[in-house]
Amino acid sequence: MQLFFQQIFNGIMLGSTYAIVALGLTLVFGILHIPNFAHGHLYMLGAYISFFLMTLYGFGFWTALVSSMVILGMIGMLIERIIYRPLQDKPHINSFISAIGALIILETSVIVLWGPQGRRIPNPYPDIVELLGITMSYQRLLVIMTAIVLIVLLQVFIKKTTPGTTIEAVAQNREGAMLVGINVNWVSSLTFAISTATAAAAASLVAPIFMISPTMGALLGMKAFVIVILGGLGSIPGAILGGYILGILEAIGGGYLSAAYKDVYAFGALILILSIRPTGLFGKEVS
Amino acid sequence: MEVKNLTKNFAGLAAVRNVSLLVKEGEILAIVGPNGAGKSVLFGLISGLLRPTSGVIHLRGEEITGLKPHRIAQKGITRTFQTTALFDQLRVVDNLAIGYRLRTQGGFWNTLLHTRLWKEDKDRTTAKVMEALSFIGLAEKAFHFVSTLSQAEQKRLSIGVALISQPKMILLDEPTGGLILEDTDEITALIRKIHKVAGITVCLIEHKMRMVMDLADRMVVLNFGSVIAEGTPEEISNNPEVIEAYLGGESIA
Amino acid sequence: MATVQFLRQRWFYVLLLILAVVLPWSITNRYHFQIVIMGCLFSIATLSMNLILGYTGQASLAHAGFFGIGAYGVALLTKGGLSFWLALPLSALLAAAIGFLIGLPTLRSRGSYFAISTMCFGVIISIVAGNWIDFTGGYNGIVGIPLPNPLSIPLIGDLGFQTQAGQYYLVLAFLFLTLLIMHRLVHSLLGLSFMAIRNNEVLAGSVGINTFAGKVLSFVVANFFAGLAGGIYASLMGTISPSTASLELTFNWLIFLLLGGAATLAGPIIGAFVIPVIMEYLQFLAEYRLIIFGALLIVVIIYFPRGLMGGFTTLQQRVKSFYAQRRG
Repeated sequence: MQLFFQQIFNGIMLGSTYAIVALGLTLVFGILHIPNFAHGHLYMLGAYISFFLMTLYGFGFWTALVSSMVILGMIGMLIERIIYRPLQDKPHINSFISAIGALIILETSVIVLWGPQGRRIPNPYPDIVELLGITMSYQRLLVIMTAIVLIVLLQVFIKKTTPGTTIEAVAQNREGAMLVGINVNWVSSLTFAISTATAAAAASLVAPIFMISPTMGALLGMKAFVIVILGGLGSIPGAILGGYILGILEAIGGGYLSAAYKDVYAFGALILILSIRPTGLFGKEVS
Repeated sequence: MEVKNLTKNFAGLAAVRNVSLLVKEGEILAIVGPNGAGKSVLFGLISGLLRPTSGVIHLRGEEITGLKPHRIAQKGITRTFQTTALFDQLRVVDNLAIGYRLRTQGGFWNTLLHTRLWKEDKDRTTAKVMEALSFIGLAEKAFHFVSTLSQAEQKRLSIGVALISQPKMILLDEPTGGLILEDTDEITALIRKIHKVAGITVCLIEHKMRMVMDLADRMVVLNFGSVIAEGTPEEISNNPEVIEAYLGGESIA
Repeated sequence: MATVQFLRQRWFYVLLLILAVVLPWSITNRYHFQIVIMGCLFSIATLSMNLILGYTGQASLAHAGFFGIGAYGVALLTKGGLSFWLALPLSALLAAAIGFLIGLPTLRSRGSYFAISTMCFGVIISIVAGNWIDFTGGYNGIVGIPLPNPLSIPLIGDLGFQTQAGQYYLVLAFLFLTLLIMHRLVHSLLGLSFMAIRNNEVLAGSVGINTFAGKVLSFVVANFFAGLAGGIYASLMGTISPSTASLELTFNWLIFLLLGGAATLAGPIIGAFVIPVIMEYLQFLAEYRLIIFGALLIVVIIYFPRGLMGGFTTLQQRVKSFYAQRRG
């Protein structure tokens, strides 16, 4: 029984990461209607930038995290401008290719700068606490709490602030938004920045727990797609819920069933669901 | 073709509400009404693009409600679209050939092995395409890409694509939309030709009242998703409800 | 005579054919020869990818997965004693059959959803290949796959495949077969219906084309050839591993296809040859060449989306219409 709760705890932590990453992706996917294939690699870059700032410049953990968010936000805007905006009206496959190009550049740059092997980030909160028989490291607790804070902040931003509601407006009806004078390009940039910044935060939080490597983002990126499509494009609650569900399922499945095939279940579920509801669980018909 | 009690709801709003109408074989029926009256939605329901919330559609006694668009086309109803829909990456002849595709049978194996059936399909299609080209008057532009055609020529081509498979009925959604007078007359003449020469039943949506009054055998007027009047052009132009729906009380000159 | 006229019109292709046949005599470097053989093999992969993507407009990202199915199929069957010449068509048919089963659920989605669906399937194949240790040898893969059995051709004798020249002719023959089949499929009413689906799926349905059936057919045929290429790859390479079915390989082919020119028959072949050669030449740049490659990819897809062949045909059209205008 204890094992079960331990797995749940791990699942919640994993789910927190997934939730944040999926959240960023759903924002972009909801606005651009294009899957940002490079999202996983941007997440990876966020981890490396934190690592870089901490080891080379001696930044503290939190300072590095925030800096990484800022830097990655800017990179996100750059990506939107260079990779996606010129291909707005072209077939989506062109954007895929563009994203693949970006992905290659990101992964290779990281390998060139820091080598292909995994790196360890020193754990800033190595202490452990025992609660109800579950071992919780402070770092993992931190991941969960920070994730919740970020999610709440983001919800408030989207629903209550003007830039936030503007983003929602563009997501729902891009042309209508343009007609009422909203600068959709600026909105796209902002959305991308938020998306990548949150991914950087998630990556930096998790980095001390696992190792970082140039390929850490690839699989995560794909899982984020699964979550986003199942939860509904552009639906933040969907992304969050989906992220936690996937995290918990993976932890339990990995603990009790075959660890190797756990990803197969997630991807298989996606194929199945898309076959029944071709536009995702909560998607609407896109003309 | 008969439509009975057709209703289509979109998120609680009835775009088409309990519409019933009859299209007689060989006639030209015009569907008119103010913008947003549900005319295009009606076409969408008949052509299979939309599923009705309730109601049935019959073609010559056979029920066709809810069939997929390609099955409806096979049954003999084809259409054009308000925003001219063509295969714009291809040429004029390609568009027409695709329009005729449903009358050819050769599939994968026949194509692969260049069988006699494949050859027959190819020859028949070529002949039909030539015929259609001269019918719609685009023979000179046969090998041009669609993007080089003028608006009017594109409209003619889209009509040609709908015609080439020799349907029983053709639905024309604002075939003269956005065209100047000269081109409008050209299209009107083409529609008459379709009706007289090819003997195909025509059902069209139009806004240009004068053209419609001249062309149609019968008219159906829609407003807010329901039929408010039905009859010959003369009857319609004197119908007070119709006049009010369009002009709010003034008469149609 | 009709034959002479036929040849005269297509002299360019005849020349190419002759060059292709005499190629082995002019290549001395084993490494270069290997690149050429791989180029031919990957051309089969990109030509088939072109069918579903370039002509029918559906972005399948599972192509390498089906390549892998063909590869593992041949590997297991030939190691089990079956002749290569039976194992190959069987494996290709297996790839086609699985393609059919997967196509039915996935092709109900469009555009990005379909792409992601197929991407997931491709990854599932990699994971299964890596973990079904009893069957596939896990991440170590399968080694010791036998070369194709020698063919006895009447009047000429045995044709063996131990030499690179023999392997080259094998791959060349299959490339020609693929090219011929693709040519027939594409230049036909069937091909037009595929392009109709790509151009305007809604309109295609309205004019009576069963778009779902068309997409499934295109997908299944494309996967058959992917499996075929995979099977040949397995036999010639001798070893395969889960990376044979990787997403990375699919992405590579996607790049070859789009840079070479989708929706043309020459484009995929050009892409599959030119780009690996360029990458080879840039070896001296070590890892930096990938960065340049990625940047090149972005530039090309934004400014030259029709690829090399596409740009070439556009140029041809412009020249033609220029002369037509001058005459008219």
